[in-house]
Amino acid sequence: MNKVMSNKWFITLYLLPALLLVGILIFIPLVLTGYYGLMRWDGIGAMEFIGLTNYINVMQDGMFWQSAGHSGLLAVFSTLSLAIYLAVSMILASKIKGSDLLRKIYLLPMLLSSVAIAQLWIKIYNPSNGMLNEILAWFGVQNPPLWLADPNIVLYSIFIPILWQYAGFYILIYYAALKNIPESIIEAAKIDGASPIQIAYRIKLPLIMGVVKVTIVLAIVGSLKYFDLIYVMTGGGPNGASEVMASYMYKLAFGTNNFGYGSAVGFMLLIITLIVTVIIRKVTADKEELQY
Amino acid sequence: MGRIGYFLLYLSLGFVAVFQIFPIVWLFLFSLKDNREIFAGSPFALPSEIRWENYLRVWEGGIGTYFWNSIWITGVSILFTLLFASMAVFVITRMKWKLSKLVLGLFMVGLMIPIHSALIPLFSMFLSVNLINNPLAIVITYTAYNLPITMMILLGFYYTIPREIEEAAIIDGASLHRLFFRILLPISAPVLSTTAIINMIYNWNEFVFVNTFISSDRYKTLTVGINNFVGQYMTDWGAIGATLVISVLPIIIAFIFFSNKVVEGISSSAVKG
Repeated sequence: MNKVMSNKWFITLYLLPALLLVGILIFIPLVLTGYYGLMRWDGIGAMEFIGLTNYINVMQDGMFWQSAGHSGLLAVFSTLSLAIYLAVSMILASKIKGSDLLRKIYLLPMLLSSVAIAQLWIKIYNPSNGMLNEILAWFGVQNPPLWLADPNIVLYSIFIPILWQYAGFYILIYYAALKNIPESIIEAAKIDGASPIQIAYRIKLPLIMGVVKVTIVLAIVGSLKYFDLIYVMTGGGPNGASEVMASYMYKLAFGTNNFGYGSAVGFMLLIITLIVTVIIRKVTADKEELQY
Repeated sequence: MGRIGYFLLYLSLGFVAVFQIFPIVWLFLFSLKDNREIFAGSPFALPSEIRWENYLRVWEGGIGTYFWNSIWITGVSILFTLLFASMAVFVITRMKWKLSKLVLGLFMVGLMIPIHSALIPLFSMFLSVNLINNPLAIVITYTAYNLPITMMILLGFYYTIPREIEEAAIIDGASLHRLFFRILLPISAPVLSTTAIINMIYNWNEFVFVNTFISSDRYKTLTVGINNFVGQYMTDWGAIGATLVISVLPIIIAFIFFSNKVVEGISSSAVKG
């Protein structure tokens, strides 16, 4: 039995397709990104080794740090919005009728592609006949801002569709966690005279803290990688006001054929993402997991 | 809790529901209107006359090609991902070998990688083997990048299969191939369908790989295709609406039929991450 189940040929044969694909298409490119970062290269011609020049330049590149700042800001917004999602899930999970249907409605935007969402929201924000300005007009707003063309508000305008897109996703996760809390604990608290707010804050929240931490990681890391929606909605504009790390990298490589420098930015994106992931996992790590 | 309390709870839930669904309803409404109605009428008004010709116009305008490309590229990638992921997970969870934990860890690291960091080398690799503008590049990329998450969902299921199943099969003289293809693969059908749905949502909506590796209209998928298409119909909002509705419809239909699988898949792929 043991001999059959440790057949080396079989193990190799069954592992090979997945290992080759992941190795060649995920891990080798990551190493190459770091390597290309050391080159001056237009993507087609010969590479010229220039040492750490690109990396030093990235460190001093105002545009890079501005886009990193925008990614960071989106990460902060996304993390804060978790509180709204959590509040909605608490209401939803409190034995309310129709919660099944409501959760499905909330989830719907999550299924659409970021490109379709971006195109739809471009129309919603359209200054001449977008839905948003028409609704604002009912409330007497005469001169609404240019939602996607004003550098001071474009990042907020972009955040609303992000909020819209991911609401159902996080609500779903919180709802599932809340439903896992045994009814007896809640009943005991009620008998002891705890109010619904106290139960939510003192009992339910601590019990689902593990899941909340996971969603914080997801929200932050997801924001750092954000690309599709911004690329389609604004292309990073106006004047770089909505540029994020991934869109900056894309623009450098596939917009201006600056593959060497783009790779250095791509490598920085990788390093920053990994560092942030490790840090927030460390910070949010449980000393002792709450049990029930 | 009093009646006012319940009223307020439903009011806030209803507000969120309207916020979530109305943009999609609005999209559907304007896909059936003409420009005059869209520009002059209220955004909440129903179309005065249902203009299916918007759909006919964009379909004949060439969106059909993108649609079929999306269908087969999505489908073939799902098949490869499910097969290769199942094979690897079978070997990792059921076979006895020293490096299994290490190899599993390697696959799981793949979950943390930002795809944009790998984009430039992928492009140059495909360029050097002549796979730029070849849908094969897209299929293998989707397969590779979906393997870690698919394996992660499958792992939980494979760990729960009782050992007796293998023992009985081997004692009865079944080969390992037979054990995998005839016994384990069929009993994992429920979890495979969950992962298939997750893969479908990802592949159908994927943008950056196709946008980077494919420039010929013949091989573009719907996500990238609609982006160009919208530019082409810049001021014809009815046509733009129809284009977008066509691009989201298959996913919404899948959701209507398999909503439990979608919910299960999304939650199992997220919480364990």
